Amino acid sequence: MLGANDLAALWLTARLALVTTACLLVIGIPIAWWLAHTGSRWRAPIAALVAMPLVLPPTVIGFYLLLWLGPDGLVGGLTTAAGWGTLPFTFAGLVVASVIYSLPFVVQPIENAFRAMGRAPLETAATLGAGPWDRFFTVALPLSMPGVVTAAVLGFAHTVGEFGVVLMIGGNIPGVTQVASVRVYEQVESLDYLGAHALSLTLVGFSFLALLALYLLQGARGASAFAREG
Amino acid sequence: MWVAAVLLPPPALAGQVTVAVASNFMLPMQEVVAAFERDTGHEVTLVSGSTGALYAQIRNGAPFDVLLAADAARPQALVDAGLVAASDRKTYAIGKLAFWTRDAGLSLTDASIIDLQGQSQRLAIANPKLAPYGHAAVEVLERLGVYDTLRRQLVMGQNVNQSYQFVRTGNARFGFVAASLVYRDGALERGSAWLVPDTWHTPVRQDAVLLRGANGAPRAMFEYLGAASTAAVLQRFGYGVP
Repeated sequence: MLGANDLAALWLTARLALVTTACLLVIGIPIAWWLAHTGSRWRAPIAALVAMPLVLPPTVIGFYLLLWLGPDGLVGGLTTAAGWGTLPFTFAGLVVASVIYSLPFVVQPIENAFRAMGRAPLETAATLGAGPWDRFFTVALPLSMPGVVTAAVLGFAHTVGEFGVVLMIGGNIPGVTQVASVRVYEQVESLDYLGAHALSLTLVGFSFLALLALYLLQGARGASAFAREG
Repeated sequence: MWVAAVLLPPPALAGQVTVAVASNFMLPMQEVVAAFERDTGHEVTLVSGSTGALYAQIRNGAPFDVLLAADAARPQALVDAGLVAASDRKTYAIGKLAFWTRDAGLSLTDASIIDLQGQSQRLAIANPKLAPYGHAAVEVLERLGVYDTLRRQLVMGQNVNQSYQFVRTGNARFGFVAASLVYRDGALERGSAWLVPDTWHTPVRQDAVLLRGANGAPRAMFEYLGAASTAAVLQRFGYGVP
């Protein structure tokens, strides 16, 4: 059923989604915090920028990434000058692309969680003498954990489901940039429908389980909160 | 005037044809269709896509009359599946392979490919599993005895257009592309290229099929692919005439 290249594609997809999710949490949490608390007039433009991958076709993102990360592009020029070469066709390039592509899926749930928490817990903590970093790590983050978990699951799952962007900048190198979705496309295009079924069904199963886990988690939290109130 | 054109019934003989065409042949096909419509009065709707996607759509009932594929395998598969009579399949164009870079002023030869070994430069090819141009490129690399050493430098496009795109954007310095993508009227549009001799690889046959044995306008379109005016378009766009 699943051949060596299929397994390599699945393993690569899992690694890509894990690294991307980790990067997204590191980048996304500060952005979400800022968006949830700032009164700056830059809030709306930045929020719009973060949400743009929701609207833009992956082909547009992939096309511009190919140009920006290429030797003529702004980013490509910098990475070349730094001696790293250019990012397209590399695992690092896929991570950069996936972080951009999945950013709103991580920022928005966390931002909502920060907003829902409100300022009261932070102010209480402040009156008890907690400093800003202490308040963030021991009060805000634990209280917003459901949002963070939702964000991580969505960021991971959305990266697994990524196709158009990877197709544009990946170069389809087995073990390096040939992720599961691209391999399925290759199998369908080469009329290997049996192989396509094996990998596709694996992805169908995975996405169902990931979302099921998410909803069970949310359900459990909702129910326990309800039980506490009762 | 256009109101009259809308209100008047179309000429009795005018028919409708829906043609599915592989993306790499879309540009020349638009010229072929313009000539065909002028000559016959029939109306043609062009649908472009990857050959594999068009094939899958046809297998699932897409209402196309003619398919111009980018290879010979998918038309053969339609014949094997009984969707096309063997006599309703023919080669309409022969693809030519070029070794190409966007950097101008280089004199490229087969030696330039051998020299790529051990360098950091990437070489773009179309996916040999999907695209005849990719398969042809691998044959050329094997003939030169450098396929195994260059393997790690290869990046693959899903089709030959994407291979071109990788080189055009500078993300790969060199690539094997369809000559039709870089030559116009026999001259190189940009960069530097070496035309690979036809005998170095399996001919890149692009086959067309007439679906469901449709007669009338669809058959006229299918036959028109062998016309002298079509051959002239093929040559201008860097294809070989079958």
